[in-house]
Amino acid sequence: MKRSSSRRSGVSSSSSSPGSCDLLRSGSSKAVSKETERIDQLFYTYMDKPSGMIDPEGIESFCSDLEVDHTDVRILMLAWKMQAERQGYFTLEEWRKGLKALHADSISKIKKVLPDLEREVRRPTSFMDFYSYSFRYCLTEEKQKSIDIESACELLSVVLGYLFRHQVDKLVEYLKNQHEYKVINMDQWMSFLRFCNEINFPSLENYDPNLAWPLILDNFVDWMREKQNGSLGLKSF
Amino acid sequence: MEEKTLKDMKEEEIRKMEKKTLKDMKEKEEKEEEMRKLELMLSNIEIKGLSNETLDGIKCMTLYTDIYIVATDSNQVFNAKMYSKYKEFHNDYLNDIVLPHLRLHHGEFLLKEFETSWAHYSKVIHNRLHLYFRYLGRYYVAREKLLNLNDVGNRCFIDLLYEEMRSRVMDAVICLINKERDGAKIDRELVKKVVNVFEELKLYEDIFEERIVAGTKDYYSKKASLWISENSCPEFMLKVEECLEKEENMVRDCMKPATEQKIVSEVEHKLLVLHSTQLFDKEYSGLKKLLEDGKVVDLARMYRLYSRVHDGLQHVCLAFKNHVTAQGMALVRQTEIEVNKHVVKNDVGALQNQQVHLIMEFIKLHEVYLSYVNDYFQSNSMFFKVLKEAFEVFCNKSIAGVSPAELLSIFCDQTLKKKSCDNDKSTEDTIDDVVKLLVYISDKDMFAEFHRKKLARRLLFNKSDSDEHERYLLTKLKQKCGRHFTSKMEGMVTDLTLCQDTTASFTDYLRDNPDMNPGFDLTVTVLTIGFWPSYKTCTFNLPPEMLRCVEAFKQFYQTRTKRTRITWLFSLGTCTIVGKFEPKTMDLIVTTLQASVLLLFNSANRLSYSDIKDQLDLPEEDVTRLLHSLSCAKYKILKKEPDTKTISKTDYFEFNSMFTDRLKRIKVPFPLVDDRKKVIETVVSDRRHAIEAAIVRIMKFRKVLGHHQLMSECAEVLSSTFRPDFKIIKLQIESLISRDYLERDSKDHSVYRYLA
Repeated sequence: MKRSSSRRSGVSSSSSSPGSCDLLRSGSSKAVSKETERIDQLFYTYMDKPSGMIDPEGIESFCSDLEVDHTDVRILMLAWKMQAERQGYFTLEEWRKGLKALHADSISKIKKVLPDLEREVRRPTSFMDFYSYSFRYCLTEEKQKSIDIESACELLSVVLGYLFRHQVDKLVEYLKNQHEYKVINMDQWMSFLRFCNEINFPSLENYDPNLAWPLILDNFVDWMREKQNGSLGLKSF
Repeated sequence: MEEKTLKDMKEEEIRKMEKKTLKDMKEKEEKEEEMRKLELMLSNIEIKGLSNETLDGIKCMTLYTDIYIVATDSNQVFNAKMYSKYKEFHNDYLNDIVLPHLRLHHGEFLLKEFETSWAHYSKVIHNRLHLYFRYLGRYYVAREKLLNLNDVGNRCFIDLLYEEMRSRVMDAVICLINKERDGAKIDRELVKKVVNVFEELKLYEDIFEERIVAGTKDYYSKKASLWISENSCPEFMLKVEECLEKEENMVRDCMKPATEQKIVSEVEHKLLVLHSTQLFDKEYSGLKKLLEDGKVVDLARMYRLYSRVHDGLQHVCLAFKNHVTAQGMALVRQTEIEVNKHVVKNDVGALQNQQVHLIMEFIKLHEVYLSYVNDYFQSNSMFFKVLKEAFEVFCNKSIAGVSPAELLSIFCDQTLKKKSCDNDKSTEDTIDDVVKLLVYISDKDMFAEFHRKKLARRLLFNKSDSDEHERYLLTKLKQKCGRHFTSKMEGMVTDLTLCQDTTASFTDYLRDNPDMNPGFDLTVTVLTIGFWPSYKTCTFNLPPEMLRCVEAFKQFYQTRTKRTRITWLFSLGTCTIVGKFEPKTMDLIVTTLQASVLLLFNSANRLSYSDIKDQLDLPEEDVTRLLHSLSCAKYKILKKEPDTKTISKTDYFEFNSMFTDRLKRIKVPFPLVDDRKKVIETVVSDRRHAIEAAIVRIMKFRKVLGHHQLMSECAEVLSSTFRPDFKIIKLQIESLISRDYLERDSKDHSVYRYLA
């Protein structure tokens, strides 16, 4: 989107990144720092001109530039940092918000800052937020409240897989095999995280179905216990 | 001269002093002389003198006066001497006379001696000494705050004879009492006297009671071990009861009231508590056996005995519960076996008989054990409770896949169909029994639904014996389970009553509009939707005769009310068809649908399956069932080609003109579809709604509530109708969360919030 350019007196307008197009300034009266310029410029490289947003194609090229797969959890983390509303799309506002917070205005800087981002996300306070964000991010339709099982399993693997490998593997296996639930809602989604954090695995001995765990987890634990008993050939203690 | 005077003065003084001293000495001597005289006098009194019954009055006075003289002397040292002399006299008497006497005797004689010695000592000896020394007591003793003269007597007795009393005297008492316990007759008066002695000495609790209780302990410990091994449980209990009676009797007679409790509790402890396990577990006569053999007298005795002991009835109660449960479970298992036999043979009638029989057995069992609680266990609430628990266990067991709710409804159905010429019990009593059993069944709503279905059938096919009885049952159910439980059923019964009005009006209408008259006798029953179970409505091609009937009634009903819409349920109707068979004309009582099939054969002699299906426009399974009932069942009204046992779509059917039967009027049965599944489905879905409604009501009121509390409150609210499955409650909670009626608290995941 071309805005009316107005040069601020005394402020240099040259950009240091090679191959950039003409720098366009925002019409707002706020001081535009060099960083914002570069961030914006980066945005425009991937932007889909008609819509004025980065669309899935743009994201894909962004990812290949970063040398990160577009299904990698770190992209999701970036989206979280940007608080992106719509899956597969980044607006300028969101882009600015995220990259500014990361103090990264170039591909190389973003690459460098990704490990820090990972660490930040992993902190318990942020992780909860990130985790619930990732669910909302997948609700593509308006008024959609739940995700189908397939997508939920994928999301679980991406978001929790690297932290709770075993739990996620088993949970995904169960979800794919059962027939009672066709979708997962937010309440159940949040409970998965709590489950991984609180319940000993694979013993499951501190799981109490009389507590307020959702039914889907009760069924999951029953299924696990049956499998365990079956493989042992006798009842556990 | 001065020098001389001083000397003189000194000498004078000395001489004066010497004089004084002499005088003093003389006085002292005199006093001592007096004292010695008094001492002599007192010792002359001698114990022997005192122990004589009669004492000279003058001698008395002399003694008193002498003592008085000494006591009033200004020199206090004599008073002290007197006081100790007083004591000494007592001690001497005790040591010289009493103790030796006691030591000479044993057993009963010891007790006699003891009692009389005390009597003499306290009444005679002591009183006299007290008399003489009275002046001393009045001033000296009071002033010096010494033990007063009265108490000195007791004190001396106690000090000298304590050990003797404690050991030898008490041993004798215990020995005597034990003799009575063993059955001999003893001198109770003597015991009472001894008790009095101790009471006067204020040693009753310390010595007497303590040793008696200890003695009781020993005696019954030994007896208990002996009796428990030698006797059966009933025999033992009889002995215990006797012992308790005797002990109470004896204590009340001889000892102070406070002792009764102590003795009785010792007896109870030794006889009832210590060996209770051994007693109950006796193999051939223990608690379990008594219950099994129905030995109610012994059980009543056991109750009486163990209700005395703290927590004593727990074991009895538990055994009772186990027994009742075992009895009930045995019935269940037996019936299951029998039923399975009949299921294999596909004998529906016998199957139902077994089911009905089981309920009757339950009712009998209940009567028996209720009477146990009331008559033998003194209506103890603990026993009522375990009776309830026991019944709840086996009354909720399914038999061959049929739930207890359904079993009970089958029983009810039979009871209400039967003619009330039952001699054993009135129908109303049986209905009362049914309601009593219903209390124990947890799926009450299931029963309600089954009952509703069967009630509908009874009402529509006029199978019910008496309207009054139906109403009576509904009233009882309403009382026990609430208005909502019976509202629909009551509506059904009312509908039927209203129908009589409608029928009368319809008859009038037909009279006034003869052209509308279909020419057949028609009765229409109008059912209010919602009260009655939902029935499948099938549209099908009515035979023309029936069409006329339907039209007539429709017209009539329009005149009554324009608002209501009628839907016809042909599957519930009955029809009497005249069958003109060659052997003889017969009346056939069939269902409306069966009639429609038969009427087709008025215009054609032979029809194929598909013909019939097409003409009637009914679903296949219905057609098959109808044709089966008319051609392959008890009465073969139609001939089937080929003549197999099942209906296939390629069959042909022909009117069987040669059909006949002994009777002139037969009912062609049309087997009902087993709608058990449907009933269960209805109930399950109703429950889901009930649970959801309950959760919303609770949360609306509470606003915030923890998981456990919500679950338990929900279960409680619904408990009068059914026992909800916790899984289902959880499911409904989650459903409400996903529909934004509730949410989980962000900090504590086991707490729910109501979202307005």
